[in-house]
Parts: sequence; structure tokens; C-alpha cells
Amino acid sequence: MNRQIVQLFGLFTLLFAILLAFTSRWTVFEASSLENNPDNRRPLIEEQKIPRGVIYASDGRTKLARSVGHGRGENRIYTRTYPTGSTFGHPVGFSYIRNGRRGLEQSRNDDLAGKEDEFSSILSGLESRSREGNDVVTNLDVRGTQAAVAGLAGRTGAVVAMEPKTGKVRVMVSEPEYDPNLIPSDIGQLNRDPRQPLLNRTTQELYPPGSTFKVVTATAALDSGKLTPDTVIDGSSPKTISGVPLENAGGESFGPISATDALTNSVNTYWAQVGERIGRETLVEYMKRYGFYADPKLDYPDTQKIPSGIINGDGDYVTDGFDVGRVAIGQGGLEGEVRAGPLQMAEVAAAVGNRGRLMKPQLTDRIVQKDGRVKERIQPDLQSVVMKPETADELANMMSRVVEEGTGTAAALAGIRVAGKTGTAETGPNREFTQAWFICFAPVENPQMAVAVTIPNASGQGGTVAAPIAKSVLEALLGGGAG
Amino acid sequence: MSARMRELFGLLPVSLLVAVGFAAVLSTRSTDVSNATLTYGAFFLGLCVVGHLFIRARLPDADPYMFPLAAVLAGIGLVLIYRIDPELAREQAQWFVVGLALFCLTILLVDDHHVLERYRYTIAAVSIGLLVLPRLPGIGGQVNGAFLAIKVGPIQFQPAEFAKLGIIIFLASYLRETGDILVRPRLRPLPYQRQLILWGTPALLTLLGIAVFDLRPAGSVLLAVFLFSLAAVIRDRPSPKHFGPLLLVWGLAMLMLIVIRDLGSSLMFFGGFLALLWVATARLSLIGVGATMFFGGAFYLSQNVPHVEERVDVWLDPFARGVVDKEGYQLAQSLFAQADGGLFGQGFGQALLELPGGGTILPAAHTDLIYAVLTNEAGLFGAAGLIGVYLLLVYRGLRTALSAADGFSKLLATGLTAVLAIQVFVIVGGVTRVIPLTGVTLPLVSYGGSSIVANMVLLALLLIVSDHARSEAQRRGGVV
Repeated sequence: MNRQIVQLFGLFTLLFAILLAFTSRWTVFEASSLENNPDNRRPLIEEQKIPRGVIYASDGRTKLARSVGHGRGENRIYTRTYPTGSTFGHPVGFSYIRNGRRGLEQSRNDDLAGKEDEFSSILSGLESRSREGNDVVTNLDVRGTQAAVAGLAGRTGAVVAMEPKTGKVRVMVSEPEYDPNLIPSDIGQLNRDPRQPLLNRTTQELYPPGSTFKVVTATAALDSGKLTPDTVIDGSSPKTISGVPLENAGGESFGPISATDALTNSVNTYWAQVGERIGRETLVEYMKRYGFYADPKLDYPDTQKIPSGIINGDGDYVTDGFDVGRVAIGQGGLEGEVRAGPLQMAEVAAAVGNRGRLMKPQLTDRIVQKDGRVKERIQPDLQSVVMKPETADELANMMSRVVEEGTGTAAALAGIRVAGKTGTAETGPNREFTQAWFICFAPVENPQMAVAVTIPNASGQGGTVAAPIAKSVLEALLGGGAG
Repeated sequence: MSARMRELFGLLPVSLLVAVGFAAVLSTRSTDVSNATLTYGAFFLGLCVVGHLFIRARLPDADPYMFPLAAVLAGIGLVLIYRIDPELAREQAQWFVVGLALFCLTILLVDDHHVLERYRYTIAAVSIGLLVLPRLPGIGGQVNGAFLAIKVGPIQFQPAEFAKLGIIIFLASYLRETGDILVRPRLRPLPYQRQLILWGTPALLTLLGIAVFDLRPAGSVLLAVFLFSLAAVIRDRPSPKHFGPLLLVWGLAMLMLIVIRDLGSSLMFFGGFLALLWVATARLSLIGVGATMFFGGAFYLSQNVPHVEERVDVWLDPFARGVVDKEGYQLAQSLFAQADGGLFGQGFGQALLELPGGGTILPAAHTDLIYAVLTNEAGLFGAAGLIGVYLLLVYRGLRTALSAADGFSKLLATGLTAVLAIQVFVIVGGVTRVIPLTGVTLPLVSYGGSSIVANMVLLALLLIVSDHARSEAQRRGGVV
């Protein structure tokens, strides 16, 4: 009998070992997959109990988002409020248990919620400090943002400003705005609103860039050695491009002119011929260097970014088969039409301003712990080398002529040289609207800021509608000794 | 140090553990750690000392570790239940007092456990009656599809918890008497022609079964094991006279599976039965026939009884669409809670139990899922500690069986320990998805009056057996 009893003990030991093996399976080996299971509501409920960090503007004082506690003891939960309301709605986004997360609230969620690994959570358990979120200090400038909002004055449109040398995004404004505080109550209405206030037009929407795209064409032509600022080409109007006549704005004929003059006066027929000289392959290559055909590298949710590029009538991105002449001037046809987001065009201006080196655009400056220690400082990060420094210098000179005497004079600042490019694409079923654009950087000698402004469904030229907004944003950002 | 002093000193850390546990829970509940925690610890220590003094007076030679180990489990249970709902903990503490009273009463009444042998058929009849009670209209009723509980007035009662004791007492007594003569093994091997027929028949029948019923591999193995075991039993010339009552119990156990419709408690009874059969006869063939019959029956139920089928489906995939938020919710939440615990747990009183809007996230946290709560709060290490305590208790129980002098004592101690161990396996295995989840309590830890009272009686019986075994050994001058 005793032998069987000992065997029985062996069996029970084995059974208990199986229990522990399965407990380890759930607590350790498959723990993370269980935690990420969409049916697991624990993480959401837990996060409600944690005071999320504050989101600050670049001054480190203005609170763009903060947490408010309700209830006491074990049942204390926190919800978000957004003191600046709609002004910073698009870049900051929102975070609610029911409505999910958008914007920086989503892309910086781990920091804001104070996510810790197993080891540091043990340490925090030993120190008996409760989990709390880290603060996020953004690069967003209050005055620049206010200037952009005032400039758009309620019109649908988008403004992006970024520092060419660091990639810091100082202004991200998309009109119409929404007030993140109203998301829990108004989400349904906001979703149905035909003006699409939840759409961030700086990263989630594409527009025909019009003549601002000539900067990209010029980059490809100059940098590949197929053009110099003095190359003379016939700028008469109309000119046959791909078998179809192309006209300059207002049908104006320029005759043989240089590249500088052709950019200053935004001569379509000149740049269409340049496009045909450099060819599709080279143009697409330079577009990719600028960041086209890929989501912007911004610290912003992937679901809220789409790539700029050449898109055909079926909505597919294409790199061949398009009318290169018309694409070169920011237009196109059914085989492929160039479309760009405002952030992408700001990156174009910034890359020229930073002597050809495109820096990764970044909304976040640093992550700060509750005790004030800086947990992480976001360093400037090179995204790509778009062109040779000499090419960028030539281009900067050409673009400064645009503001001095060309189509963009409305952006001229007193005492500061601005380099820019206007764009006016005809839109609407009967071409009754214009897509007004202006991209620029300043000061030309030592660029501190690049700006892109666009207004769809406008009724005027980029130089008259968009350039003044860029000017006031530049003034706000560079003036007052801040620049 | 004498055994009783060891027991007394064993109770000190237990009370400390209870006090610390309550302190941890209270400190998360409110900022002030009132002296209430010390009161809880002292109260618990007081109760345990009463139990200890009783053992000291009546069972001076009993095993010194079992009572403190059981106290640890009850203490962990009280802390966890207090953490879930202080009101339930108050009730559980009352039940613990009742359990302790019955514990003392058992020791008082059962001077010598051999007395129980005299009443074995009465005990068996009462136990079977208890098991059938929940099926009676008026007092019984279905809870989650299983017939486990009865309700008399305000008191809910799980008769199976007590029936398991009676069945074990009966089996231990019956098998002590008939274990050796159930089968009469042949001393000389069979002639090879007979061997050929004996082993050839089950082989043929297995193949036939596979061919006719189109069995899958698991079914084929089950059938083969069953037929070969049966052949082996037949070869050993079973004694029909002694086999009769055994077959009756066997049949009853199978019937029970169908009557109470609960895989978990059936596994507990059947497991205890097979464990005793193995210790009493050492015939693998008997175990083979019994185990395959149980699995066959369980399989039949899982195909034909809707709620058993549902449990099995949930067990196979608790996260399936349409299952996870209905039938599978409890198991899925159990696994989520364990994942949340990780290696070291969230800390006592820190696990998420309540939804912000009210309501609990873990259904039946204080009964079925108490192991998941523990893992959530104390992590894998805490869970391992609990399993370790159970293993030690099982070890002491089987040590008692080993040291006992007579067959009945050995079988009784083995059977009582075995049902306890299997019950732990059934509920923890259910919570951790080793086997389908069923409504069995975690002995001494889960909330539940019948459970804690029945298990205190189980402990009392084990201590009585232990006292006899050890005092006899001392009389013979053996080493304890």
C-alpha cells in the first residue's frame, strides 16, 4: 500500500506543477498578448485611474491638455480637459474612454499615461508611489498659432510652420477646428458635419499644390544639372505639352526668359518644358527625397497621416505614366495628378531653407516627469538629404525674388528677407474656385522658420489670399525677439 | 520541542500573515491603518489557539503541521474575501467559527475513527441521498446548469461537500475489506493460446470500433485502453461477490455525473475513488477501466448536455467571437486578471475588481475565481506560495497515511487527502484553463459555508487518524 501512496504523492505533485505551469503561462509568457486583447477592458479602466500628464505649448506654461480628478479613494478617476479649446484641437487631439484617442494624446499615450516596464513598476511599488503620467512639452507656439487662426479667419484651410534646422513644428492649424472638450457630447454631430471639422487638413488631406510644386521641379532640374538659374527657355503661351496646349496664368506670354524670372513670375509653359526635360523618373526620385509617397515622419498617429504623391483617376499612387509636364507645374490628368498635404509643402520649404537637408518634423520637444526631471529630450533628426547645398542656395535666391518682385510680394517683411513661392490651382467642377497656396522660409540668410499656407475653395490668387497669412505667422514667430 | 509546541509556534506566523494581509488591504482602502488590523489578527489567533488547545487535549500526538497549514489557507481566504467585500468576509468568519466548532465536535465524538467502519453503509446511503438532494423539487435547483446546491430557508448549502467525506469513509472501509480479494491474480501464466485470445479480442474489437464508429485518435486510444484494461481485469478473475458493491458505487458515480451534471465535482469523486482503488489493489487494469469510463462519460455529456457542452467550448476557445462577452466572459476575465498580476502582482488590495460605473469585472470573484484574484494581487509568486501550502498539506496527509498501521486508516487518510488535492486541481485547473471551468470551491480559501465547514471536518478526521498512527508508533518505540 505504501508504495502506491508514494506514487499518488508523485501524481499530485505533477498535477500541481501543471497548475503552476499554466499560471506562469498567463501571468508571464502570454501576459502581453492578453493585455493587448481587444476584449480586455482592464487597461482602459486602469488608465482612467491614472492622472495623465499635462500637454504644454512650447513656452512650457500654457496648458493644452490636463487631467481633472473626480471622486475619491479607490474610485477616483480622471478625465481630460483642454483649456485652450479648439485652438490646439488638431495637434493635441483628445483622449476619452468611450471615444478613444487622437492626435498627440494617441501618439504620446505611453508617455502621458506613464507606462512602465515590469521592473520599474516593482520599484514604484516598493516606493509606494502611485503611477502617474509624464508631461509632454510640445513645440507648438501660442502666438504663431493664434496668428494662423486669425489669418484664416474662419475660412477652411491649413497652416503649418516648422523650423528648417530642427524640424520642430511650431504651428499646426487646420480650419474648421473642433473643441476637444465637446467630443464626448458632440462626437456624432462632428462626424456628420459636412465641413469635416475632425479632419486634420495638415496631414490627413491632400490638395493640388499648384505652382508651389515648381519648387520641387526646380530642385530636381537644378540638382541633376539639367538647369541653371540662368537657363533660357521660351516662355510663350500657349505651348503644346503632351499634345495639348498649355497656357500661362491669364494667357500672358513671356518669350525666352531665365529660370529665375520664370519662377518669379510663375511661368507655367517654362516649367512644363523643364519637367519634360528632367523626365518622370528624376522628378519622382526628388519627390521621394522630399518625403512624398510616404506618411510624414511626424510624431502623430499613423491613422491621421496620408502620403502626398502623384495619384491617378482611380485614387492609386503612381510613379510612371503621368503627364510629366503638367505634374511639374503642380497639375496633372487622369493618368496622374500631383496632390500634396500642407505639412508636406512646409517640409519642401524647410528643406530648401536648411540647405537641402530635410529634418524630421516633430511636435514634441521633451517629456518631463512629475518631479521636473526631463525624461527624454527629442533631438533634431535628419530625415533625408534632398539636394546639394549649392542647389539649395540657388533655389533660395530664386525664391527670394518671388517675394521681392514676383507673385509673393504680400509676404514681404520689413527688415527680413523672405523666400517663398505662390500657388493657385483651379478647383471646383467649373473651375470657379482656387486652391490658394503660399510656402516660404525666412530669413533667407539664416532661415529660422518655414511656413506653408493653403486655402481650398478660395476666390483669389495664392499671392493675395495665402501669402498675407504666412506673413503674419512669420511676424508672430520671428518678431518680438523670439526668432 | 513537542509536536504541540511546534503547532502553536506554527500558528504565530499565520496570525501575523493574516494581520499583515488585512493591513495591506485596509491601507489601500483608507489612509489610516487603524488598529482594526491587529484586532483581526488577534481574533484569528484566538480562534486558532482554541482549536490548538482542543487538539492538545484530545489528540496530543496528531501531526503538528496540518492545523497551521489549514489556518494559513483560511487566513488567506479571509483576507482575499475581505478585499472583495468586507460583508462577505464577516459571514465567512462566522462560517469559520462554525467550522471550528464542528471540527471540535468531530474530534469530541469520533474518539476512534474505526468506529466509522461500523456505520459505513449508513454513511454511504446518507451521502448518496445528499448528492441527490439538489435534484429534488422545492429545495434543489440548477445553478449555471449544475445541480449542486440546495436552499432551505435563507441558508444555501452544497451537499456534495459533505457527501465527499461520506463516500471516502465508505470506500476506505469497503476497500480495506475487499481490496485483496477483489481479484485473484493467477500465479502461473496462461497458456499461449489463451493469451492470444485474451489480448487478441480487445485488439480486434478496437480495430472494429475504429472502423465502425470512425473514431478520432483520442477516441481510439480511449477505446483501446478500456478494452485492454477490461481484458486484464478478466484475466485476474474478478470475484463477482466482492465486485458487486464496487460496481454499484461505480455505477452510482457515473450516474452522479449525469445526475448532478457537473464535471468538476464528478471528477473530484471519481478521482478520489480511483486513488483509493489504486492504493488498495495496485491494479493498473482497474484504474484503466475506471478512468476510460469516466472520460467516455464526460465526453458523452459534453456532446449531449447543453451546459456541459458550453463549458467545454468555452474551455477550448474563451476568446471566440460571440463567446468572450457571454459564456466565455468569466474565463476570459480570469485570464485577463492573471495576466494583470504578472510575476509579483499588483499588491494586496490593488487589483481591479470593480468597474468604474459599478458592478464587478470578475464574476464570482469570491468563490470560483478566488485563485485569479490572488494571482492578480500577489502575482505568480503568490500563486506558487498558495499551491505550495496545498502541496505541503497533501504531503502531511499522505505522510499520515504512510505512518498509519492498519488498512482502514491508510485508506481513509489517503482518500481524504486525495479529494482535497483533486478539488484544488479541479478549480485551479479550471481557472487557469487546464480543464473546463466548473463551480467547485477552492478548499478552505473560497467563500462558502458548506465548503469551509466540510473541509474543517475533513481536517479533523485526518488529525484523528494521525493521532492514532503516531501514538501507536510511539508506543512501539518507532520514530515519529
